[in-house]
Amino acid sequence: MSILLDRDSRILIQGITGRQASFHTERMMEYGTRVVAGVTPGKGGQFHLGLPVFNTVEEAVRQKAPDISIIFVPPLAAADAVMEAAAGGLKLIVCITEGIPNLDMLKAKRFLAELGSSLIGPNTPGLISPGQGKAGIMPASIHRPGPVGLISRSGTLTYEAVYQLSRLGLGQSTAIGIGGDPIVGLKFVELLEMFKSDSQTEAVLMIGEIGGQAEEAAAEYLKRSGYPKPVAAYVAGLTAPKGKRLGHAGAIIEGNEGSAQDKVKCLAAAGVRIIENPARIGQTVKELMAERQGN
Amino acid sequence: MLIYEFQAKALLQELGVVIPAGHLAETVDETRVAAQKLGGQVILKAQILSGGRGKAGGIVAADSAEKAGLAAARLLGKKLITAQSGGRGLVVKKILVEEFVLPGREIYLGLVVDRKNEKLAAIVSQQGGVEIEELSKSCPQAIKKEYFYPEQGLLFFQARNLAYFLDLPEASFKTFLDYLKKLSEFFLLRDMKLLEINPLIIKPDNLLVAADIKMDFDDSGLARQPEISALEDWSELSPEEKKARSFKLNYVKMEGQIGCLVNGAGLAMATMDIIKLFGGQPANFLDIGGGVTEEAVSQAFEILASDRQVKACLVNIFGGIVRCDLVARGLVASARKIDLNKPIVVRLQGTNEAEGRRILGEANLPFYFINDFEQAAQLAVSLSQA
Repeated sequence: MSILLDRDSRILIQGITGRQASFHTERMMEYGTRVVAGVTPGKGGQFHLGLPVFNTVEEAVRQKAPDISIIFVPPLAAADAVMEAAAGGLKLIVCITEGIPNLDMLKAKRFLAELGSSLIGPNTPGLISPGQGKAGIMPASIHRPGPVGLISRSGTLTYEAVYQLSRLGLGQSTAIGIGGDPIVGLKFVELLEMFKSDSQTEAVLMIGEIGGQAEEAAAEYLKRSGYPKPVAAYVAGLTAPKGKRLGHAGAIIEGNEGSAQDKVKCLAAAGVRIIENPARIGQTVKELMAERQGN
Repeated sequence: MLIYEFQAKALLQELGVVIPAGHLAETVDETRVAAQKLGGQVILKAQILSGGRGKAGGIVAADSAEKAGLAAARLLGKKLITAQSGGRGLVVKKILVEEFVLPGREIYLGLVVDRKNEKLAAIVSQQGGVEIEELSKSCPQAIKKEYFYPEQGLLFFQARNLAYFLDLPEASFKTFLDYLKKLSEFFLLRDMKLLEINPLIIKPDNLLVAADIKMDFDDSGLARQPEISALEDWSELSPEEKKARSFKLNYVKMEGQIGCLVNGAGLAMATMDIIKLFGGQPANFLDIGGGVTEEAVSQAFEILASDRQVKACLVNIFGGIVRCDLVARGLVASARKIDLNKPIVVRLQGTNEAEGRRILGEANLPFYFINDFEQAAQLAVSLSQA
């Protein structure tokens, strides 16, 4: 199967006429993803990349019935775009934009919760279900269909992990970037829960990093739920200094919270296989899966 | 973005919050004059962008203008290493000279974006002046929190709950509510991450005085906060940090010998971690980002190569949006310019990697190509120790 995205998904691109959005929309279509429309206020009625452009999400939904929206809108307008997608009835919204203010995201998340929409990101490469569709900006060529579910807070480190997995013959069911910001939508817990009941997914790889409590929450969930599938995790930032933001807005050790050491400790205590060497992510997942099959 | 205490106090004063009388001084003479004006008995507070100043000797009392001058002579130009400043410390360039506020009851007041609960929180404690995180572990009942949302702001009953918890004297009660209302509105209006008044002193005459203040703003909000952005002190940045900032590179200086140039924050952290794993020390965190230009790569590389602490460099690129050939061109351009005398281990993977390696290969410079992540890290470590 895969989670969240499959070959029947109908994609809407908000901000489709922008340079980045255009480039990545073409890549998604090349991959076979069914992109059905775009939205750019003021450009309704035009065609872009052969797709109809609408002024509003409402109109796009009426005409083309998309079920996932991908947002490439500048930071100060992006939260509004996220809420517009939710108000239009989209149940999954993927926000690629980096640099959205925290307070905007707090408002958007409450708005989405009321309407029952889920958010991936912001500040994410998006998600891909290899062989089925791609809703994001990751290089498609490194991915293979297969049994590993991947949840990550990072971009290029995810590509690195995927590359290692694919090279060892381990494909991915769905690979999701949850975003590098302090306030993001779906996190490890919700996605682990989805992978739990996905028949294609045999093991889950988590890629965490310093900052926040999402890995700790995942550890608690895994322990409490008696998670049935093997889980491995790499947490970046063991060498990170305190109080310094490392690239991602959310990657910062604040006070006593958010160190990689604490996260690793919690995850290990929850039975997660900890990957210490980031060059051996694929290898470790492979060994873990082999061990479990041996039992 | 953190701002200085004197800047934060000026912002609070505009809101009508009472702060101690004080003057900013940059020299010994200015300190003496300021102390004189304030009646001699003063507190000198080193202005650095870090907490934990007291323990590091950055806050000093003086009972005369002369002694204030002597203390300033010791403080100005001194490097303060606090628990939060990092090992290199921060140089004191300005001193806030303040009147001595008679000790009274000290309370803690904080407003924060609570990332875990995805709400805003107003936090108070009767035990002012302490480290609030430690207190929340050792004595959680000494703290009261009220969560609120940006749409409604802090509600009046919540402010009242906090005031009753603090058991404030009647004469301070209304002022406290007024402060909380203004501060919480300011917090939302200015895209803040953290606002702490610690301590807020209740003077014997029941006047509330904000004795120490910390303000941290959401970097992502700065684009719509020109007044706050203008408070940033670029002189605090090293020349390297300034260069990195102007080319939109995410750069953080560290203590080690291996310069790292990586695309993507996660991979950059992982690269530092693997260096440590094999017994080396990273000299920096550097994420060149997704929208990087050839010129920016070149500048980034120059920052590393000109760092005297750096003995070897590790370039780790996983090309996606960033093309390996663009990175290669940037590297060659800067290596030619700076008379490169350090070994550079290069790992190029992904978009246009072959073209990237060809460009580097033809440059006749001290590059080592290793495609394997682990071997690249091991080689960089051994070269840095040679």
